[in-house]
Amino acid sequence: MSAADFHEEEALGKVYDARLVRRLLRYTRPYWRAILVSVVLTILYAAMEIVTPLFFRVAIDRYMSRTGEAASFGWLTQRLPADPWTGLNWLAGLFLAVMIASFALEYSRARLTLMTGQHVMYDLRREVFGHLQRLPINYYDRNPVGRLVTRATTDIDQLNEAFSAGIVAVFGDLLMLVGIIAVMLYLNWKLALLSFSAIPLIFLVTMLFRRLVRDAYRRTRTAIARINAFLNEHLSGMAVVQLFNREADAAARFDRINDQNRDAWRAAILAHAWFYPAIENIAMLAIALVLWRGGLYVLAGAESTGTVITFFMYTQRFFRPIQDLSEKYNILQAAMAASERVFKLLDTPITITSPARPQPLPANAGRVEFQNVWFAYNGEEWVLKDISFALEPGEMAAIVGHTGAGKTTLTNLLLRFYDVQKGHILLDGVDIRALDLVELRRQFGIVLQDPFLFSGTIASNVRLGTGGVSEEEIGAALENVNLGAFVRGLPDGLGHEVRERGATLSVGQKQLLSFARALAHEPRLLILDEATSSVDTHTEIQIREALERLVTGRTSVVIAHRLSTVQRANQILVMHKGQLRERGTHQQLLAQRGLYYKLYQLQYRDQEVGAVADDD
Amino acid sequence: MTAADTSPPTQRSWRQLRPLLPYLRRYRGRVLLGLMFLFLTNLTSITGPLVIREAINSIEHGVPSPEKLLLYAGLLLAIALATGFFRFWQRWILICVSRDVEYDLRNDLFRQLAKQSARFYTRWRIGDLMTRLTSDVQNVRMVLGPGVMYTAGSMLLFPLILILMFYLNWRLTLVVLLPVPLVSLSMRVLGKLIHDFTERIQAKFSAMTARVQENLAGVRLLRAFVQEEAEERAFDVLNRDYVEENRRLIRFQGLLWPALGLLLGVTFLLVFWLGGRDVLAGRLDVGSFYAFSHFLGMLIWPMIALGWVVNIFERGAASMGRLNLLLTAAPEIVDRAPADAPADIRGEIEFRNLNFFYNGVPVLTGITLQVPAGSTLAVVGPTGSGKSTLTSLVGRLYDAPDGAVLVDGRPVSAHCLETLRGAIGYVPQETFLFSDTLRENIALGAPGASEEAVREAADIAGLTDDVEGFPRGFETLVGERGITLSGGQKQRAALARAVLRNPRILILDDALSSVDTQTEERILRRLTAVMRARTTILISHRVSTVRHADQIVVLKEGRLVERGRHDELLARGGYYHELYQKQLLEEELERA
Repeated sequence: MSAADFHEEEALGKVYDARLVRRLLRYTRPYWRAILVSVVLTILYAAMEIVTPLFFRVAIDRYMSRTGEAASFGWLTQRLPADPWTGLNWLAGLFLAVMIASFALEYSRARLTLMTGQHVMYDLRREVFGHLQRLPINYYDRNPVGRLVTRATTDIDQLNEAFSAGIVAVFGDLLMLVGIIAVMLYLNWKLALLSFSAIPLIFLVTMLFRRLVRDAYRRTRTAIARINAFLNEHLSGMAVVQLFNREADAAARFDRINDQNRDAWRAAILAHAWFYPAIENIAMLAIALVLWRGGLYVLAGAESTGTVITFFMYTQRFFRPIQDLSEKYNILQAAMAASERVFKLLDTPITITSPARPQPLPANAGRVEFQNVWFAYNGEEWVLKDISFALEPGEMAAIVGHTGAGKTTLTNLLLRFYDVQKGHILLDGVDIRALDLVELRRQFGIVLQDPFLFSGTIASNVRLGTGGVSEEEIGAALENVNLGAFVRGLPDGLGHEVRERGATLSVGQKQLLSFARALAHEPRLLILDEATSSVDTHTEIQIREALERLVTGRTSVVIAHRLSTVQRANQILVMHKGQLRERGTHQQLLAQRGLYYKLYQLQYRDQEVGAVADDD
Repeated sequence: MTAADTSPPTQRSWRQLRPLLPYLRRYRGRVLLGLMFLFLTNLTSITGPLVIREAINSIEHGVPSPEKLLLYAGLLLAIALATGFFRFWQRWILICVSRDVEYDLRNDLFRQLAKQSARFYTRWRIGDLMTRLTSDVQNVRMVLGPGVMYTAGSMLLFPLILILMFYLNWRLTLVVLLPVPLVSLSMRVLGKLIHDFTERIQAKFSAMTARVQENLAGVRLLRAFVQEEAEERAFDVLNRDYVEENRRLIRFQGLLWPALGLLLGVTFLLVFWLGGRDVLAGRLDVGSFYAFSHFLGMLIWPMIALGWVVNIFERGAASMGRLNLLLTAAPEIVDRAPADAPADIRGEIEFRNLNFFYNGVPVLTGITLQVPAGSTLAVVGPTGSGKSTLTSLVGRLYDAPDGAVLVDGRPVSAHCLETLRGAIGYVPQETFLFSDTLRENIALGAPGASEEAVREAADIAGLTDDVEGFPRGFETLVGERGITLSGGQKQRAALARAVLRNPRILILDDALSSVDTQTEERILRRLTAVMRARTTILISHRVSTVRHADQIVVLKEGRLVERGRHDELLARGGYYHELYQKQLLEEELERA
């Protein structure tokens, strides 16, 4: 991850943004029952936790201490056994019950919230992925794939973190805090207020700590990003460093960045080093106050030892949730930032859609016509200028021209990856924008210049996800593109594993496989971008034959790099700087001695001897 | 050797951590001081409950005066202050030492990497090396920081508290000891289980990520084949798998803290029940009854830490194992210059029947070629014919067989490496600029170069006009956080960088491919004037670039197939002639 990316991804905003939270809550709606149950469980669990110290109070004051007369046990007074031994056993039994109950409550609560979190994330991830499948292609031109992958994966996991570890736990912590305060006030409000006097101090110290730590962590994140950026750069460019004798200098620079990282961490260590002792001291201050005043009350016969001891226990307990709350802060902040990025993606409009009432396609045709088509990716920078031509059913057009002449753009427009700005593209006389988008694209088979293969099997790469393509049809398609013998020779045949990007296959095999893919889908029209990479003569002949079978009987638009292809074409479209400059058959255009003639000399003539060009 | 099989077969051995000892020894004094504070912290912290015990007992007996109560309260505060003071220094010193070692270790790793050859960098993935210098170093740091601190703390606190508890009531102490091994063990076992589960989840997550990656990379193809719904179905399977694996973990992880809570809760209960019975029987006073539960509370964290720390040590040892591989990897290209190696280089280059293999594949075969000092050699040929490899052997980016590449009549390995590279100005095919100012980039090989010299080098490289167009001139930041230079600008900056070194040998590896032909010719004209009497090697695809060279050679599949001057090669009608013809056509088309 580069430093720039890092800053973008780590930009943290608010901890709580009502708009985002409301939208997030919408995703929890289907699981409201589970959430309700976990809220109830949280309340019960908090109650159990609050009750524990009271066992000590009752036991001490009722059965052990001579100061016990000062204590009242409310409704319990009548029900407690008089005999100390029975009473203690009785209390211990109750204690055990509370322990087991709080175990069961905590476990079911944890499980329920974590599981619900998984469901919500599953739904959200599904929605994001689905949306990505429908966003217009120009969105992909603008956004690097890596960043979009993060939206559907890491960002959503970050949200999950907040959901499972954050929101519910924060609720539980708050509840516990309120409960403890209430019980303390009930037991002895004067003593309670005395120990609460430490709370503002805790808040103050915690807030100061949080600010320092946040700054320190921000610095450490920046420092780590710098280390990463430096390493990425210098490890990639180590040859340059070495050739210019800069090893020692690079090491010295790295030392400085490394030192910044250490410094940033020192600030974090310092904050932690004083924070914990400070909290301990404040807690001890509260305990000392309780000991002093509480002791005086007991001496005066106004309070019992048990209550004082219970206060010690509560005082130690209620500092924990306060500390927890400050830890949750960071998680929530990160989640807010992640949800903002995810929602921004979901809010990106889908601009290329089917019309509300699409026109039906005439059967068995395939006439393609461009009428004065103008197209620009940006504003008025025209990539295609006033292109007009027509292609009759079953005909083949070869598009030729230099890199950047607009050849690929032309084919992209046919598939409505982009919409034209001026003019019309007609399929069988109907503007393609009036057709159903899925219906339109189903008419086409496509072979890209870079034969894109997916990890999976031979069969899955031919079939893709299209239902109704049988094993026989796949086999026939492979046969037709001269891959039959190869696949039959593989130990797993059609089930042979294909790695990501087809790493284990040769260039020629990959091309033929992508031919088979187009063929198996039985398209009426074909778009083919010939690969430029050179292959051996045998493969070259196989590809030529397969291509012939592929275009026969189909309206085909081929971005041509082979001499055989341009020679066979019914018409050649010569593109130059966004314009359609020449049009005709191979012989006609050669005779013209224009642009095509030069292109031919440059690109195609070498192939005439039949040998494969050896240059780049 | 790929990165995958460089990881050690078994990572269990804690012996992997031994190389850390010399690092720690450097900070011996501070480590000892930190451990002393750690001892004091634990010693003072256990006195707090004792004071409370005293106070409760005296309240129970109704003896204390209000002054005595105030004294107890004051004593508690004093103890807390002392403990806090010691704890602060303990943490500050020990954790800082761990960061210092982290810093030293990372510096040493980088120095080690800076010595590694180009071949090393083709074997190791950059991402893998970065992970080692960040995450793995971090894991090792965890051992030295929290690992050491909590281990020492727990080891100290346990006996101290146990002695006190024994003194108060030995029977109850045995009860309190009961859960210790259970908590530590379950922390260890569950911690490990959770770690394993997490790795499985990570694998599912990677599978899902890979699928999304493939889907988005192949978006055009998938749209054309109308695969949106099929893709969603396929993603759904992985999404479900991932959730399922997570749910498996949740069943465990959800159990961890509640189970620990139950274990500790039952111990509290036993203290409550058995301790209570002792109080009733008069064998225990109420103050000690409270003190026991307080001590138990103090032991919770060390119990958990003991189990947790084992996992930290295990992970740290595995990481250190990975780092040891880097620390001990011997650099392939080292300075082996004899004592009489010359301090100056004239610039005569000779290849003497050079055969060079790369991973067992021949790249250069039987190359014999002389480049007199001060002359210009041009190399042309198809991609992959070995042109770049040939030039990289001169500066010893790779080592050629002994005696096959000579500079000034001596094998390159018989020159001092720094002198040899210092005499070469290299402009690589893929321009590499650092994200630093333009000036720093140009002055990379000539630190301390004067303003004037930088300007002149930029001028020769045809960069002056561009620099004047930048708002901050030579102080412009290049790359990620600054201005993105065009391909041509980058190449000219790299050229300026090489020129500024005032090298005896200048190597341009297809270095002006992104600059238009006219500009290139202008730059080359100025360059030849400046570089007169220096040896120059030019690699190019353009005839216009190489036509004036003293010597032009054509490489094809690693062999030298044509050699001569421009006119001679044209007359031969081979590859060079063909290249020339094509270039003419290309220019015509460009004008059309």
